[in-house]
Amino acid sequence: MNAAAQIAQVKAPLTKVSMRNLDFFYGESHSLKDVTMPLYANKVTSFIGPSGCGKSTLLRVLNRMYDLYPGQRAQGEVLLDGENILDPAVDINALRSRIGMVFQKPTPFPMSIYENIAFGIRLYEKLPRADMDARVEGALRGAALWDEVKDKLHTSGLGLSGGQQQRLCIARSVAVQPEIILFDEPCSALDPISTAKVEELIDELASRYTIAIVTHNMQQAVRVSDYTAFMYLGELVEFGETDDVFNKPQAKRTLDYITGRFG
Amino acid sequence: MLSIEPSRRELNGAGDVSDIALEQQASQSVIVERTRVLARIALVDRVFHQLTRAAAVVVLIILGGVIVSLVHGSWPAMQAYGFGFLTSQAWNPVTENFGAAAAIYGTLVTSIIAMVIAVPVGLGVATFLTELCPHALRRPIGVAIELLAGIPSIIYGIWGLFVLAPFLQSHVQPALISAFGDIPFFSTLFAGPPYGIGMLTAGFILAIMVLPFIASISRDVFETVPPVLKEAAWGIGATTWEVMRYVVVPYTRVGVIGGMMLGLGRALGETMAVTFVIGNAHKISGSLLAPGTTISATIANEFTEAVGDLYTSALIELGLILFVITFFVLALARYMLMRIEQKSA
Amino acid sequence: MSLYASRRGANSVATTLCWVAAVFGLSWLALILGSLVYEGVRGLSPAVFTEMTPPPGSQGGLLNAIAGSLVMTIIGVAIGTPLGMLAGTYMAEYGRYSKLTMVVRFINDILLSAPSIVIGLFVYTILVHPMGHFSAISGAVALALLVVPVVVRTTEDMLLLVPGSMREAASALGAPRAHVVGKVAYRAAKAGLITGVLLAVARVSGETAPLLFTALNNQFWSSDLTAPMASLPVVIFQFALSPYKDWQQLAWTGALLITVAVLALSIAARALSAGRRNSK
Repeated sequence: MNAAAQIAQVKAPLTKVSMRNLDFFYGESHSLKDVTMPLYANKVTSFIGPSGCGKSTLLRVLNRMYDLYPGQRAQGEVLLDGENILDPAVDINALRSRIGMVFQKPTPFPMSIYENIAFGIRLYEKLPRADMDARVEGALRGAALWDEVKDKLHTSGLGLSGGQQQRLCIARSVAVQPEIILFDEPCSALDPISTAKVEELIDELASRYTIAIVTHNMQQAVRVSDYTAFMYLGELVEFGETDDVFNKPQAKRTLDYITGRFG
Repeated sequence: MLSIEPSRRELNGAGDVSDIALEQQASQSVIVERTRVLARIALVDRVFHQLTRAAAVVVLIILGGVIVSLVHGSWPAMQAYGFGFLTSQAWNPVTENFGAAAAIYGTLVTSIIAMVIAVPVGLGVATFLTELCPHALRRPIGVAIELLAGIPSIIYGIWGLFVLAPFLQSHVQPALISAFGDIPFFSTLFAGPPYGIGMLTAGFILAIMVLPFIASISRDVFETVPPVLKEAAWGIGATTWEVMRYVVVPYTRVGVIGGMMLGLGRALGETMAVTFVIGNAHKISGSLLAPGTTISATIANEFTEAVGDLYTSALIELGLILFVITFFVLALARYMLMRIEQKSA
Repeated sequence: MSLYASRRGANSVATTLCWVAAVFGLSWLALILGSLVYEGVRGLSPAVFTEMTPPPGSQGGLLNAIAGSLVMTIIGVAIGTPLGMLAGTYMAEYGRYSKLTMVVRFINDILLSAPSIVIGLFVYTILVHPMGHFSAISGAVALALLVVPVVVRTTEDMLLLVPGSMREAASALGAPRAHVVGKVAYRAAKAGLITGVLLAVARVSGETAPLLFTALNNQFWSSDLTAPMASLPVVIFQFALSPYKDWQQLAWTGALLITVAVLALSIAARALSAGRRNSK
């Protein structure tokens, strides 16, 4: 199955990110193999596949998170609005400010709820107190967390429940006004009720941001995403509209995976 | 095409002011502004990076500086005495004739005495803490031992001078002298009048001082043994002793030896615990009861009173010898401890 | 059955020996602390904290020695802490995977247990000798050189305990490394970093050997950093070895003060790091 051919069949909306012949290496191991696919603007794209298939790695290429570690390198092209972000000349911090990321485990910083949100804003903007308050409130509302925390903005972010912490992290990303938000298994550490809230939130955020979400939960992919990419052993096996991928998968490996025959 | 501007109002239902502020920041100009700001903080980042790197290099410079300054300071003595310095027992400030043999001998002998006592006891304490001690007492005793390892050595010294030495002089040493008086070799080892102070007392104080070190490091090392290994041995009916002997000790051998070497390093370089009770006598005596000296005690006792460049230089050369010895012992110890850390990681 | 009996016999002999070792070892340490308290408390009086070190045969206190110790320790820690923290930061953050870090870690561990008297000699040759006289500042520098390895070690260890996900989260917002370290990692490791400084203070506050030929001693009150200055450990050393009963008593009392201070610092450091561990 040629992924590129499938992509051509999809009635394409605007492309925000375009990966072309992307390869990735952890030292000697080749963990992404010739991946070519788009992320569509204002759509949710989910990445599924058995663990170790490269879906998280792919996400970490998009904001060049791998740059923090030695021995990891990417080849090929990742075009963000036409600009290749793998180019060494790209300012990584500027890039990351355009691409937010929410991690598997909630990672509130060891500071107050307010400061958690303000941290990212302060990196780029010097705002008067009132504006900052408004931005923090806006971000918390955007993450559906405002009503729960408005009375304890100045208490530690570590005091929140797991689900609240995760939404705080989403708010923190939103506050920086990114264009893309990457979710790396955002619900795997959460209970079902918190999961539902985060999924609802992703749904809402999709109208404003381009979203990529890695998930090991196929029901979640069906619920939240417009497009789905199935990866296996570092290769992109199938990419298409979520309904198509789950209802009439083109590749046998996709069918095997979604019907639970392996993985 | 950028996608951050739509629906901004929904996001900011709270305040109109911020809506306007946000509206003004059209996304493209946001990026330009950010790039500018980022260039500035990138500079801060580079400066901080280089600053931390320089500080790390300073640690190396400290070591280098110590070596260079000691070599430089001991140069006159090296030229005057050559390698004979290491073997000569002479120590005469009046004729300016110096040799390090007595001090090196005292350093080694006191450290050996210390290790002979502290290693078995320390291992016993560590075994006690990991295997035998009632659970409720493990933490308090473990903590107490770690705290004792941090007590300044001058405390051990003053106690040795006022409490231990008189006790040994009046009770232990006379008994040793009479008990071993007729046995060859031992009669030399325990010959002479009971001074109280001397090599044996110094070694004993050192033993008490390094004991908490060896005990707490050995305990830490013993605890790196994966519980499954021990449980497997218990499971086939091994006794506590057999678990220690055939599972824990073989598994941790390198680390335990590293811990002992670390203790030895401290004993060799220790100044205050020894200086009080060694007696400061520059001669090699066959008897452990006789006063002697160590490298560090010699330096501590004589450095400020040393007159003449050659005297000072000889003392600095003693310091260099001490540094070289401890450097190798400690390097070996760290290497071994590093290996056990890697094993447990 | 006889094999089993001999195995059991060997076991009980070995375990008994361990018990004996533990009791033997711990009782010596208890004995030291006991006599320290017994001898030291006898000499405790307000005069200890309000009067200067006396000439032989008269009454006095340890005020100048206590003050001198405080001054030199504070300066030493003030010099050594930033240096150690920066170096530790390099090792855990910017240079985590570099060769330099491996070398520095090894060397630092050696400096951590290197004989402190050698540090005294080093400072003597680089400061005291060129200046031509003993001084409080060279004593403080000698202490700083002892602070550095302790702080380097704890800073590196504590920063390594900060989860990588925290750094990634801050980096993902576009924060440069200096911000990630300064605003997030330091904050997450705060308790641990303070612990390191407390341990360093505990380490140097009883150090005698490096002060003997740097700060020397001073019978009188001195606030001149370029002049010799008294310190508790050096006064204890001098007084304990003297033939005068008053001086010996003051030495015991000084020793008790140092021990109490060091134990208090160590316990505070432990409480801090335990609190941090529990809050996780």
